[in-house]
Amino acid sequence: MEITLFSLLNGLVYGLLLFMLSSGLTLIFSMMGVLNFAHASFYMLGAYFAYTISAKIGFWPGVVIAPLLVGLLGALVERYGLRYVHKSGHVAELIFTFGLAFLLEEVVAFIWGKENVGYVGPEAMSEPLFTLFNINFPIYKGFMLLVSVAIFIFLLVMLTKSRVGLIIQAAITHPHTTATLGHNVPLVFMLVFGVGTGLAGLAGVIAGPVMGTYPGMAVDLGSIVFVVVVIGGLGSLVGAFVASLLIGFIQTFAIAIDVGMQDLLDWFGLSYGWDHWASDLWALTLPQVGPLLPYLLLVLVLIFRPTGLMGKRET
Amino acid sequence: MTDIKYLKSGGHWRRWFIGLAVVAVVVALLPLLFGSPFAVAVMTQMGIAIVFALSYNMLLGQGGMLSFGHAVYFGFGGYFAIHVMNYLSDSGVPIPLPFLPVFGGLAGLLLGLCLGSFSTRRAGTVFAMISLGLGELMFSAGNIFSRFFGGEEGISGDRTGPVEFFGFNFAREIQVYYLVAFWVLAAGFLIYLYTRTPVGRLSNAVRDNEERLEFIGYSQRNIRLITLAGSGLFAGIAGSLTAIAYEILTVEALSGHTSGNVLVMTFLGGVGVFFGPIIGAIVLNLLSTVLSTLTTLWLLYLGILFLFIVLFLPGGIASLIMMHRPVLATGRLKSLLVPYLMAALYGVILLSGLIGLLEMAHFAKFAAVGNTTMEFLGWVLDIETVLPWALFGGLAVAGVVLIKKHIPVVAAAYHDAVTGGIAQDAKGKVGEAEA
Repeated sequence: MEITLFSLLNGLVYGLLLFMLSSGLTLIFSMMGVLNFAHASFYMLGAYFAYTISAKIGFWPGVVIAPLLVGLLGALVERYGLRYVHKSGHVAELIFTFGLAFLLEEVVAFIWGKENVGYVGPEAMSEPLFTLFNINFPIYKGFMLLVSVAIFIFLLVMLTKSRVGLIIQAAITHPHTTATLGHNVPLVFMLVFGVGTGLAGLAGVIAGPVMGTYPGMAVDLGSIVFVVVVIGGLGSLVGAFVASLLIGFIQTFAIAIDVGMQDLLDWFGLSYGWDHWASDLWALTLPQVGPLLPYLLLVLVLIFRPTGLMGKRET
Repeated sequence: MTDIKYLKSGGHWRRWFIGLAVVAVVVALLPLLFGSPFAVAVMTQMGIAIVFALSYNMLLGQGGMLSFGHAVYFGFGGYFAIHVMNYLSDSGVPIPLPFLPVFGGLAGLLLGLCLGSFSTRRAGTVFAMISLGLGELMFSAGNIFSRFFGGEEGISGDRTGPVEFFGFNFAREIQVYYLVAFWVLAAGFLIYLYTRTPVGRLSNAVRDNEERLEFIGYSQRNIRLITLAGSGLFAGIAGSLTAIAYEILTVEALSGHTSGNVLVMTFLGGVGVFFGPIIGAIVLNLLSTVLSTLTTLWLLYLGILFLFIVLFLPGGIASLIMMHRPVLATGRLKSLLVPYLMAALYGVILLSGLIGLLEMAHFAKFAAVGNTTMEFLGWVLDIETVLPWALFGGLAVAGVVLIKKHIPVVAAAYHDAVTGGIAQDAKGKVGEAEA
């Protein structure tokens, strides 16, 4: 019971963190048709900026300033990098963002070193918010939940109710028509890229103390975020939300539930004694296959439902 | 049409066989020039990288398919080969070592057919994403199925195990070099031949306009599948060569890192030209073996170089060379010598300034406390004095100013070299055409 409950809570925290990253990425992806490989690198930059700021003037200013800086940097990358390679096609754009992710990792290692920097949240927030079955749930995780949910609501309202949101939605599906109507679509792209990367930065700021702040943190989360975007469906905020939670739960439950093929065999009262190159298959456990489940899901979705769960267009 | 004429005339082929023979002689003589064990090891590594990069370019350059998981075929072929090697050692089946890449290649081909049967449905971003997913899947599977992939220790073998090949048992590195060299030449030649076959041409057509191709009556999906399978074949050969050269395979061979590496070297060299990936493989291996012994920052430099190429030289290093074909035709290559040498000089000034600054900044941050003297290119610098900072800063600024001034000069010289001959011979005609 307590395992289920805490897996649920941790899955929720992790899933909502994924959502903060994937919400920006899915908007960028659907507008420009390019998957930003470097998206998780902006998440990493957010954590590192916040680390430096928090060491100087405290944690809370970092929460505000770091995402703004990251968003600004993202907008500059769009304006002077991505827009420049756009003319060479999607493959060139993908390669550009791939190269950017590679470079940013090295730049971070150059400035802050290869080791985990000691970026921590405010001390008061490590106190337990509540205690169930003798396991503490820290205030900080509650704060993470709160921020992610606030962002989801903010984005949803902004996209569906505000004027800017309507223009963005129009630019996603009909960029040419929107441009013909007199809207500055490239500017919209730049803003969305800036806001998207800024959100990734914010995710980094609040996840850094929990997940660790080290140069490999972008790579560790990067491909999972792609999985979320593809499974959720192009440009669908709700899809990204559902897929984030799905992946979050899959990841945490797979670690928590220790069952394997052996249990399956026992269930049927069978035993397997052969020994050959694939006999590992019958010793698999769920925690073992946990890390590959999201990718399996990605491949299956791309084959059988290229529009994703909620998307209207093919990838 | 012109190609058919070429094929019939045979002159084209004669030229290619002569070219291949020259390359073969050069490759055979290389160890006489660079005979140290380190150099031979580096050249062996380069050879493997060349085959891998050429196979990757069958996808990216020829077929327009960007893959983030090409290591899957490389690693699987390698693992299969090392299992075959162990089997040959144990059973004594009389198949000598040089034939091992055939098995690894076939494994890569089969895997390409299996995975390609569903991943080649679409090109572009979808293919890139599926390849990424498959790459991660295979890597995770490599960690789980430790019977086949050996887990963390990997699978090791003994290349002297299989029967001898005309008295060679491949215990010495130099014999391995020649074995790898043979396969590099064979694979390179076969891949070149492939680009000349109708299927190779069709894969270009899929890259350029898949819709038109469908209208002519070809299945874009089948052509992509064939391209992927062929690419898997040569990646598997490269993997087998790894098995032979290092006698061990670990899951690292299947990782995203290996996939990213082949993408970087192929793009660095140039995807548009056949020999581009060869240049890329050589350059990247030189950087990773030579530069990495000089500085810990070499990955940072590589990242900067890669992004620079993506932004400003999307055709890679090879496109720089190809730019000079028209100049060769006008015979004015000499006129470019001075501007280029000046550009190189300014480039060296700029780079030494930038690199000096970066190295000093890095040293200042990460050196042990109290240690303020660093060694850079044989000099001993004290980073707490102003002089080195001012010197490198000055070099960097001077480099930027000089290069900025020099770019129009080079551009004008290149323009003159390309058009100069025509302009002199037929000034009137050019004027007419322009009017």
